Amino acid sequence: MRRFAFVVRGVAWRSIHNTIVSPSIIIPSIVFPLFFFAAFAGGLSKIAQVPNFDYKPGYTAFQFTFVFLQSAAFGGVFTGFAVARDFDSGFARRLLLSAPARGGIIVGYVIGALLRWGITGSVVTVVALASGMNVPAGPGDLFALLALGVLFNLVAALWAVGLAMFLRTEQAGAVIQMPVFVVLFLAPVYVPLHLLTGWVHSVARLNPATFALEAARGLLAGTPTDIALAFGLLGGSIVLWAAFARRGLRSAERAAG
Amino acid sequence: MGAEHASVLEQIGAIARRSIVRTFRQRGLLVFPLLFPLILFAINGSALSAATRIPGFPPVSYRAFALAVPFMQGALFVAVTAGVDLARDIETGFFNRLALTPLRGGALLLGQLGGAFVVACVQAVVYLVVGVASGVGIASGAGGALVLLALSTLIAFGFAGLGTLVALRFGNGEAVQAVFPLFFVSLFLSSMALPRNLIKTPWFHDVATYNPVSYLIEGVRSLIITGWDGQALALGFGFAAALAIISLGASSLAMRSRMART
Amino acid sequence: MPDGEAIVASGLVRQFRKGPRAVDGIDLSVSYGEIYGFLGPNGAGKSTTVHMLTTLLPPTSGQASVAGFDIVHQGRQVRTVIGAALQEAALDPILTGREHLLLQATLQGLPKPKRVQRADELLTRVGLTEAADRRISGYSGGMKRRLDLALALVHGPRILFLDEPTTGLDLQSRTALWEEVARLAREEGITVFLTTQYLEEADALAHRVGIIDHGHIVAEDTPERLKAEIGSPTVEVVPVEHDQAELLRGTLEQFGTPVSADGTVTVQLPGGEAQLAELVRALDAASLHVASLTLHQPTLDDVFLAKTGRKLEGAADEEPEEAPADGGKRGRRGR
Ligand SMILES: Nc1ncnc2c1ncn2[C@@H]1O[C@H](COP(=O)(O)OP(=O)(O)OP(=O)(O)O)[C@@H](O)[C@H]1O
Ligand SMILES: [Mg+2]
Repeated sequence: MRRFAFVVRGVAWRSIHNTIVSPSIIIPSIVFPLFFFAAFAGGLSKIAQVPNFDYKPGYTAFQFTFVFLQSAAFGGVFTGFAVARDFDSGFARRLLLSAPARGGIIVGYVIGALLRWGITGSVVTVVALASGMNVPAGPGDLFALLALGVLFNLVAALWAVGLAMFLRTEQAGAVIQMPVFVVLFLAPVYVPLHLLTGWVHSVARLNPATFALEAARGLLAGTPTDIALAFGLLGGSIVLWAAFARRGLRSAERAAG
Repeated sequence: MGAEHASVLEQIGAIARRSIVRTFRQRGLLVFPLLFPLILFAINGSALSAATRIPGFPPVSYRAFALAVPFMQGALFVAVTAGVDLARDIETGFFNRLALTPLRGGALLLGQLGGAFVVACVQAVVYLVVGVASGVGIASGAGGALVLLALSTLIAFGFAGLGTLVALRFGNGEAVQAVFPLFFVSLFLSSMALPRNLIKTPWFHDVATYNPVSYLIEGVRSLIITGWDGQALALGFGFAAALAIISLGASSLAMRSRMART
Repeated sequence: MPDGEAIVASGLVRQFRKGPRAVDGIDLSVSYGEIYGFLGPNGAGKSTTVHMLTTLLPPTSGQASVAGFDIVHQGRQVRTVIGAALQEAALDPILTGREHLLLQATLQGLPKPKRVQRADELLTRVGLTEAADRRISGYSGGMKRRLDLALALVHGPRILFLDEPTTGLDLQSRTALWEEVARLAREEGITVFLTTQYLEEADALAHRVGIIDHGHIVAEDTPERLKAEIGSPTVEVVPVEHDQAELLRGTLEQFGTPVSADGTVTVQLPGGEAQLAELVRALDAASLHVASLTLHQPTLDDVFLAKTGRKLEGAADEEPEEAPADGGKRGRRGR
């Protein structure tokens, strides 16, 4: 068990250290969510005037929840990129050959993803508050919102790390990122679910990300709805993608010999 | 002996041929740039349809309104491809090989953009076909569709000039990749998602007004949703031409100093 | 053939901005038809010199002319008479060998009908006819180098610059390239300016060798005379029994000052190879049993050692601050 913790600590430390010291990694992961926040909350605010748009805290808060979860997801995705890069550089191979408890590698990377989101998520939150976002929620709601973000981050990290271990090249970046991007944007990003029409409405109704997003919006507004369902779905996803990541690790182990 | 028998046109042709051949031998790399704008178009075209209910929104479907966006995103990808290709030539030293021939800098630049040009045309046709197939009518008709292709190719050319400029200045592909998000930002901070008069947040409205990308989009968009709108077209072609002239001009200056053989 | 020398440089200097004085006052002159070997360790300034002579890099000070044309003011004329295969065999991995040659022929201004013919001719000459229509990504290092040479020859240059043409090649490919270069000089009268880190290469190929270190030419002459300058050969003797090393040393003292290391005793023979027999007799007389006995002719390595006080292999290692700088420049960090 101590050996496991040792590997976890080492991998997580390296992951977050690399993030912090290299501007080419940290800047995009901070700038992207901010930029989406600016473009959506700023550029589309008129959408709040669409008849039946009924989110009380306003459009800034409405978009903040999306960007909050998006930054959580991209904390995971960017960690997947880092894993892929480690395979390209040969570092991951060395890690596989030398780590006494290999399961710790996944856990380490995933914790790295969480720490990474700790940075980007804080920046996004501070900027949103500074731009005058309404927060009607109580402390309990806010804590639940944070927990929701953490679980969301975990799901994305397990997916990205697992897939990176299957593909083992940086060129797979788009393959890791694209599905996350699509799932996120197939949730009610710009308007509440009930204002969506057409095929996107049909898809969004079934999209698990929709439940997380709607729950987050409810929590921020201080009027939580369907929270249990959202947490249940996220918990289920974690089990699923953890199994996937384990298989990714196996496949990488077989390749590393 | 190495007297100059080949004309400048032949030189441009030879470089362009290589650029095009290279592009098509790596067509796997084209799939993502082609697909990504279409996916966004498919999602946003529907997800933002509520925006049409904002008072003052033009009387068209949101999909028709959004069809201009893929052309712009495609142009951005063309810019990155052109820049990365050139940067790789600099990094590998292939550029030095060319610099030792009687080739002129301008010819090299134009030739290098040959691949970009072909990709830009192909992309524009695909976007147009997908748009029309998804039920968007082109208000300016068939002639307008041709003008649209011309405008979007000109825009792609202008952006490609920016890509080659970065490549020539910094000489490495990572710099080009790093600039890409900036291009993307310029697109998002424009009238991409809503007409400018419906952008409420003051700073955003100002940025979108001063952002030339807004006028490029509006030029393309006017052909799709308005018909023949002289002002929008003049602004669109004007800014596109200015972008192309400035970026290619700066590129050829950078090319001259990069090819600073004696 | 024009009068004068093919390449003349005097006081050539290149100081990099925020970098070293890579070339620090080089004087040299190469005659038409000559193969000039420019020998030096990593970072000595070989490539920088080649870049200046091929007009790719302006010198900070000093002058040089190639085929009588000034490298600064008559760059265009210089480029028409030279061919160059630079250190990075800059080839496009997704083009074929033939496509490279045709492109080069067009850019060099060959008239259309001659291009295909010239490409075929050169492919045959460098032995790439079979691989001509394969992409470069599938070429071996030796094939790439040969194609690079062919590309440099497309426009029939009179002066050829080859920057480390055989670095990284196996012995067989190296010898093949040497033969081709020697043939070009012998049969076509092409002047060759060749840089190398390999002593054998300079020795085997060059009519004259310039040894460069830290941007200075430290020695220049024919390989034979450079070696002669260093003097007589050395003999390396290994005794069967290790404990006989001291006795061996004593015996060899009659020839010079023996140096022993790791049970091997080395001594210089002032009288040349002729003294070898004498040496064997002396060993016999002392009843020494010898495991091996090797005669070393002086090499350019000895010349380098004598002129710089360092061995050529690993000479660059003494500048640790350069290795990381270079690694950083070329290495791929994350995107
Ligand atoms: N563009 C540059 N900017 C700064 N310094 C440079 C540049 N190019 C070369 N140098 C430096 O100049 C020195 C000489 O380099 P050069 O490439 O000429 O050496 P070389 O003899 O060709 O070595 P090698 O055998 O490694 O090819 C080195 O210290 C190198 O780091
Ligand atoms: Mg060199």
